[in-house]
Amino acid sequence: MESFRSLTVTQRDQILVEQQVFDIFKTFYNLPPSSQSFMLELQRENHVEYLTKGLTGLSPSFCVLDANRPWICYWILHSIALLDEFVDPELENNTIDFLSRCQGPNGGYAGGPGQMPHLATTYAAVNSLVTLGGDKALSSINREKLYMFLRQMKDASGGFRMHDGGEIDVRACYTAISVASLLNILDDELVQNVGNYILSCQTYEGGISGEPGSEAHGGYTFCGLATMILINEVDRLDLSSLTDWVVFRQGVEGGFQGRTNKLVDGCYSFWQGGIFALLKRLNSTKEVKPIPLGDGEGSGEESPQTTTSSDAAGEEGLNGDLSLGGSHSEIGDQHNTSSQDNVIDIDHNHSKGHANVEPLFNSLALQQYILLCSQELNGGLRDKPGKSRDHYHTCYCLSGLSVCQRSWLEDEDSPPLPRAVLVVSRSLGFRDLWVQNVR
Amino acid sequence: MDSREDDGGEPLSRMAEWRDVTPLPQDDGPNPVVPIAYKEEFRETMDYFRAIYKADERSPRALRLTRRAIHLNPGNYTVWHFRRLVLEALNADLDEELDFLQRIANSNSKNYQLWHHRRWVVERLGANARAKELNLIKKILSIDAKNYHAWSHRQWVLQALGGWEDELDYCQQLLEEDIFNNSAWNQRYFVVTRSPYLGGLKAMRASEVRYTVEAILANPNNECPWRYLQGLYKDDIKALVNDPEISSVCLKVINTKNNYVFALKMLLDLLCHGFQPCHEFRDSVVALRTSDTDPLGPDLSMAICDILEHVDSLRASYWIWRKNKLSVAAV
Repeated sequence: MESFRSLTVTQRDQILVEQQVFDIFKTFYNLPPSSQSFMLELQRENHVEYLTKGLTGLSPSFCVLDANRPWICYWILHSIALLDEFVDPELENNTIDFLSRCQGPNGGYAGGPGQMPHLATTYAAVNSLVTLGGDKALSSINREKLYMFLRQMKDASGGFRMHDGGEIDVRACYTAISVASLLNILDDELVQNVGNYILSCQTYEGGISGEPGSEAHGGYTFCGLATMILINEVDRLDLSSLTDWVVFRQGVEGGFQGRTNKLVDGCYSFWQGGIFALLKRLNSTKEVKPIPLGDGEGSGEESPQTTTSSDAAGEEGLNGDLSLGGSHSEIGDQHNTSSQDNVIDIDHNHSKGHANVEPLFNSLALQQYILLCSQELNGGLRDKPGKSRDHYHTCYCLSGLSVCQRSWLEDEDSPPLPRAVLVVSRSLGFRDLWVQNVR
Repeated sequence: MDSREDDGGEPLSRMAEWRDVTPLPQDDGPNPVVPIAYKEEFRETMDYFRAIYKADERSPRALRLTRRAIHLNPGNYTVWHFRRLVLEALNADLDEELDFLQRIANSNSKNYQLWHHRRWVVERLGANARAKELNLIKKILSIDAKNYHAWSHRQWVLQALGGWEDELDYCQQLLEEDIFNNSAWNQRYFVVTRSPYLGGLKAMRASEVRYTVEAILANPNNECPWRYLQGLYKDDIKALVNDPEISSVCLKVINTKNNYVFALKMLLDLLCHGFQPCHEFRDSVVALRTSDTDPLGPDLSMAICDILEHVDSLRASYWIWRKNKLSVAAV
């Protein structure tokens, strides 16, 4: 074992985080079951309180986000929606009014009233309004002008600039294309060459970078993949190497890192975790005939067992300490009280033959990271232990949690299956669930 | 040109210079959401900026005002954009602009707008700015060797202005300091594939494979060199399968019975692409079997998937999926 001093910066930083995370897990495992149950609860009320407060007032330190206010709206509104809550009508109206003041006279939305329109804040504003829904919110969007703005941001390379004279990258492509798609103003002019640009950003690692040549990165990989799907060119990507890259972005902590050998961060629960949801959807729409996942091998027809409760119940719960099962009144859409008798213990190692519906990432591990390491009991979620909560991380940690809970579903609109939701089933002993022996 | 960092926070309303300007308040509406409790200095600065921006006044005092606003919120892309318009209109000294950026670089090293602005300035200065720029980026990377913006900017400088000669050495140096630095490996790939001085990927392949194999043997659990190795054979899978050095390093690592996940994975990939293993490979894989794995079947690829499902249990679903793909592919 090398002395601490001879370790590289990467190794040292990683060990420090692992220690913190494993301390939390160890503490958790030593708690009585009732406390463990509490630790795995999603603190809905506290999260909603934290979020709603942000909507109505922000401290002076937020002046560094003064050019990102539609983003703050989106992070808050989307999180509230994920928690199945609503914003009161007055706040709704105020939001619609405020965002209208961010809308530029020539289309698009800026970071605040009087600022230049920007693709990212346009994305945030449009998605905020769509999340609110309803006539007033949707009709406040000037679709014709927005289209003109997108056309102006389009670059000859196929990519888009974030704003007039701004930077071009994969993020800009995603924000532009996704908004155009959402508002039904996507046309050939906007789509032209976007695929080529994104393709040039898939790196030798398999992930996608922000610009051609840069490092493969979770945020840009999500943006790139989503865009290719929206413009119907996803088969041009090397999906098997993309899949292989993202699968290895999940670490021993259970959460995801943004790049190879970097530290875990709660927000990648969505940027990386969401990639699996996209890939799964691609696979399922291809179920009609076996279509290769980029390398000539069929994937759609073997072992067509779907995992049903009765299948899972047959498995002996041997090592299923943290189980997926039951319905916990605090998690997901279910509001029936949980009964420990309904709980099904699944050893995640023994789900052979369920590859069709089981997600390719470790949903159990990710939920454990989000709930135990990212969640602040007072409300809000964060990057990792030791960091402060913020609205951005609250949004993407919760989004990642939602991806986990829906990861077994064929139909995205159904509520989560009981067995997809992480709960405590019985007395737990300390176990290193995913520390690899071969490290 | 103002050489001071800022105006010392003196209220603009009390400055004679600004007497002719009516500050323009933000049109937040009567009941704004996500309202920020601006400090007085911030609110005032932005009120004056809005006035100048609306009037499109591209003057020296406007330039000073943008600097003040940038200090208060370096994320305001509108201010940066307007600053560029003013710099152009005034035909300002861009070397001084670089100095200004340098002074605020350390506290804003992850700010999109700052890096974009740097690119704009350097583009106009041309090749003369190259050395200084590459040097600055080195400084930033010495604090954080993985700063994404710094690396993207470095790649842009190399492609726009050159300076490739020392870049492979620079990568080498960074990798000596931290062989786990994936940004440095990525940059290495960038240099090896694009430098006009090195002859391209194929020409560099043999020496790069040797370097990478060495890195693997030193730390087989380091994901970077494994992916880099695969990258060296991008679009040339046959050559990957046929290169004995590749299969050999897999075997070496597997035989250590330690930190062999990536080695097994690489072997699996080779087999999927038609690699014909000699009996040594199967013997080594079988030797990995512990008492709690089932007896290994005749198919080596499937056996590897079974082992990986257990030793890389975090990714059990993935290995099961890989295994299922094998059974479909098998004729």
